[in-house]
Amino acid sequence: MNDLDSIVAAAKAEFAGCDDPPALENAKARYLGKGGSLTLALKGLRELEGDARAARGAAINAAKTEVEEALAARREALAQKKLAAQLAAEALDVSLPGRGMPAGSLHPLTRTIERIETLFHSLGFAIADGPEIEDDFHNFTALNTPENHPARSMHDTFYVEGGMVLRTHTSPVQVRWMETHTPPIRIIAPGRVYRVDSDATHSPMFHQVEGLWIGDDVSFADLKGVFREFLRHFFERDDVTLRFRPSFFPFTEPSAEVDMRFGDGGWLEIAGCGQVHPNVLRMAGIDPERWQGFAFGMGPDRLAMLRYGVDDLRLFYENDLRFLAQFA
Amino acid sequence: MRFSERWLRTLVNPALDTAELCDALTMAGLEVEAVERAAPAFSGVVVARIDAVAPHPSADRLSVVTVDAGHTGRRTIVCGAPNVASGQLVPCALDGAKLPGGVAIAVTRVRGIDSQGMLCSAAELGLGDDASGLLILGSAESSAAPGAVVGAVTAAVPGDEPLVPGTDLREALALDDAMITIKLTPNRPDCLSLTGIAREVAAITGARAHLPAVAAAPIEGTATRGVKIEDEDACPRFASRVIEGIDASAPTPLWMKRRLERSGIRSISAVVDITNYVMLELGQPLHAYDDRRLDGDIVVRFAREGDTLLLLNGQTLALDRDLLLVCDIANPLGLAGIMGGERSGIGAETTRVFLEGAFWNPAVIQGKMRRLGFVSDAGYRFERGVDFDLGPAGVERATELILAICGGRAGPLSDVVGPLPARAPIRLRSARAAKLLGIPLSSDAIAEIFDRLDLRTTRHGDEFLVTPPSYRFDLAIEEDLVEEVARIHGYDAIPARLGAHETAMLPAPEDHRSANAIRHRFAARGWQETVTFGFVAAEAERLLDPDAHPIAVLNPIAAQFDVMRTTLLPGLIGTLQTNLRRRIAFARIFEVGRVFLRDGLAQPPRIGGLAFGSAVPEQWGTKARRVDFHDVMGDIAAVAAPLAVTTRACPQPWLHPGRSAELLIGGVAVGWLGELHPRLLQPLDLPSAPVVFELDAAAIQAIPVPVGRAVPRMPSVRRDIAIICNGNIAVRHILDALQETAPVEVESVEVFDVYFGPEIGPGRKSVAILVLMRDTQRTLTDADSERVVAGLVATLKERFGATLR
Repeated sequence: MNDLDSIVAAAKAEFAGCDDPPALENAKARYLGKGGSLTLALKGLRELEGDARAARGAAINAAKTEVEEALAARREALAQKKLAAQLAAEALDVSLPGRGMPAGSLHPLTRTIERIETLFHSLGFAIADGPEIEDDFHNFTALNTPENHPARSMHDTFYVEGGMVLRTHTSPVQVRWMETHTPPIRIIAPGRVYRVDSDATHSPMFHQVEGLWIGDDVSFADLKGVFREFLRHFFERDDVTLRFRPSFFPFTEPSAEVDMRFGDGGWLEIAGCGQVHPNVLRMAGIDPERWQGFAFGMGPDRLAMLRYGVDDLRLFYENDLRFLAQFA
Repeated sequence: MRFSERWLRTLVNPALDTAELCDALTMAGLEVEAVERAAPAFSGVVVARIDAVAPHPSADRLSVVTVDAGHTGRRTIVCGAPNVASGQLVPCALDGAKLPGGVAIAVTRVRGIDSQGMLCSAAELGLGDDASGLLILGSAESSAAPGAVVGAVTAAVPGDEPLVPGTDLREALALDDAMITIKLTPNRPDCLSLTGIAREVAAITGARAHLPAVAAAPIEGTATRGVKIEDEDACPRFASRVIEGIDASAPTPLWMKRRLERSGIRSISAVVDITNYVMLELGQPLHAYDDRRLDGDIVVRFAREGDTLLLLNGQTLALDRDLLLVCDIANPLGLAGIMGGERSGIGAETTRVFLEGAFWNPAVIQGKMRRLGFVSDAGYRFERGVDFDLGPAGVERATELILAICGGRAGPLSDVVGPLPARAPIRLRSARAAKLLGIPLSSDAIAEIFDRLDLRTTRHGDEFLVTPPSYRFDLAIEEDLVEEVARIHGYDAIPARLGAHETAMLPAPEDHRSANAIRHRFAARGWQETVTFGFVAAEAERLLDPDAHPIAVLNPIAAQFDVMRTTLLPGLIGTLQTNLRRRIAFARIFEVGRVFLRDGLAQPPRIGGLAFGSAVPEQWGTKARRVDFHDVMGDIAAVAAPLAVTTRACPQPWLHPGRSAELLIGGVAVGWLGELHPRLLQPLDLPSAPVVFELDAAAIQAIPVPVGRAVPRMPSVRRDIAIICNGNIAVRHILDALQETAPVEVESVEVFDVYFGPEIGPGRKSVAILVLMRDTQRTLTDADSERVVAGLVATLKERFGATLR
């Protein structure tokens, strides 16, 4: 081994033994500094001539390059080590939960109604709204249910001061809409309704979604079609079957009750509907010979129970925050 | 309407089992609500006659009974029933019988004697609750059972089969029967009778109906009673008859009792039972008066001042003038079509009966029972409409049954007839029916349907003229006939198909956001949505605001729901209370709903919220502190954005006066926010004050469509000003003053710190203000910004006496 090789070997060994940058810089000085061994070796060139000088110079430069590379590598290694130590020291327990406010939640009935709105909106239905304290005219008379009509006993009505009622259904919204719009009409009207009734399946306040479609030739077959489409998409299931059976509402003729079931399960009543009664159209200034269509009133509370597996209606109105948090 | 399936099948007997029959009824609009079996399943039980009873040689309480079980033989049975006696007819479970609940009967040795079966109580057979002794079916002497028919047994008056030992009990008591309850819609009063249901079943199944044929009774009596109708429109028909010489104490035959009971009507006495039976059978409500208690002619008139009536249900009524009465010349006898009076009711000693089969105008009956607070079977039918041709037939049918069961001599039938309801022919166009239903329909198919419904029709090509029968009150216009066509065609047979319809794209106004969009914003910031009732307790409203004057609910379902809410607050507080009781002590809840105001009956949708407990749920690395005004204000500001919400002092009785504010958008009041007033904590049983707010929903739904201006290219300059001023100066005023006087290059002024402390001095505060300046054309110099700040400081000094800190 010649002198340069041993210098290089010594430098590498010394660099490898340096554990921090100051020590490494000190070691560097011993080889590459002013009085460093390689610097001294370069100075010794002056004493050589010709080829010997050139050969010696090349050898020294090669050794110097090798030492510089070793130095850079060690510097890099030390930097890496320092960074690694810093990162280790800064590490978080990422398994800790996040801070701040948790998610809130939408009420399951809002969620259901919003879903109904979205689906019907995609079929071109606009969203309408109306007052909850209604006058007798809009809640009953304009819906072909004159005073003392036995059909009034189908609804146990809440009365409030001033001869007004709490609307027993969302149907007055269709009357109000027809008073201010001309056909063709396609609306749904979700909202709160009230009836004197309270048990596990009845709440004195509950929700309804009214639907009204008036056009040139909107038929009972269309009504069935709309419901079939809606229920299939609402429940995202193909095993929903529905049946329409004759019923009676003073404001539709023919009238039907809509029942649905999953697979072979029991029938559940979800809506009342029918072709809008000509008297209702006439009272709203619409010519029943020119226009026809259907109306329906369905129960989003019941749909929400089926969709989310809720078996007691009262849970919706009790507002236990743990129950509500499931609808985040 | 409840009825016996066996009874119905005597009138029409389609080839359908019970379930199929019920399904057919439901799908025709007569919704079957319930089907109950007349008796639970059991087998091997026969009628047996007790021939001898001897004490058991080795048991005091047991008897050894010899029975004759007809063709199944004589047998010895050990029996423990106290009421066992020779000559009785009782149910006997034979060896191999299966009783309800899976009890199997076999020959058993009881204290040394083989018992070859078991005599049964009503409870053991599931026929009643009585377990105290044997079910006594009759006695050997009168095996024809009570209520034997005086005259001949006919199809119209079936009589009771004698109980023959050995007969299967299920057959003997007609136990293989179902009680079917249908939920009738108000438009189908014609189906409130067996005849009506039978007619309907015939139409929907095609089976032949054998409706009861009513024969005129032989006139053997001479007694009559005059009838005067004061208002013919109210009482278009009044059929009646006097029957004399009856035995009102005669027992009701078992077959009739059974049919009544299986229809949900309690047996009372033969005459009353007969009137009820005819009502169920034909649909004509009848009333029977004790003729001896009537004075002179019958007068039908409206009530007069001072009229009173003691009803059969024991209620004494002062009669309003719009109540129609049946009277004699002296007194009111009953409420026409609704309920008879006590005075003229039938008793066991009645010998002469006056029968009434009337048609009352539905409009006269409608609404009256609701007002009086009770419902009668007759009134229920009359207010919906009873066949106006049926009165005489009803009286004849009742006469036939009375003569058969109670004996007597019928006087001549009286039938006073005024203007009966018109039945104008209705036009039906086949094309119109097809268009409404959305299916192809031939006129021939429609003709066939009308035929099945037994409707009187004349046809002109594709048009029909249909005259509704006297029993249908629901057929008045073309659409009513379309429904009939659809019903018989079958709703199920109409396809569900969404035809091609013209569609227009719906508008989507961007300057309006939906209530749902706002709900989502609150939920995204951690708020949970609740839904509470629109009615609340008046007390709760008045506790919050002693001047509250909410709209009263006249018939509240409970005292805590007696007024309409004027604010969402009571519901939110109620929700908090419910959850606190369940040990949930962190709440961030909101509701979107209407409130109800007396002024102009306004019902604006509002957004109300309540925050309770810590600022965030208990969690690691966060110092616990209570949620406060400013936390909630931050959420409101974020939800309302891009609208800017500002505040102004405006004390509300339910809010802490120093920790509440009115909320404004564009200078208009849109709601309020604050801590609940401390005076309310104790009455509301709250451990600390929630922060509550309410906003007018419409105010934050109307928003501007954004305008995207270019971002300024010149750099801004920030200068901070820290001042000391009087502690009660509102920061809003300071900022307003600065904005008002600031030169054009000031882009914004904001507060970034407020500090109270000893080094500031008592009653004073330090406010740190950030001023952002920019010139759109050039970079501002230090000199520029210094000049601006000096101007602002001068303003603060002048307006508020503020000094630089």
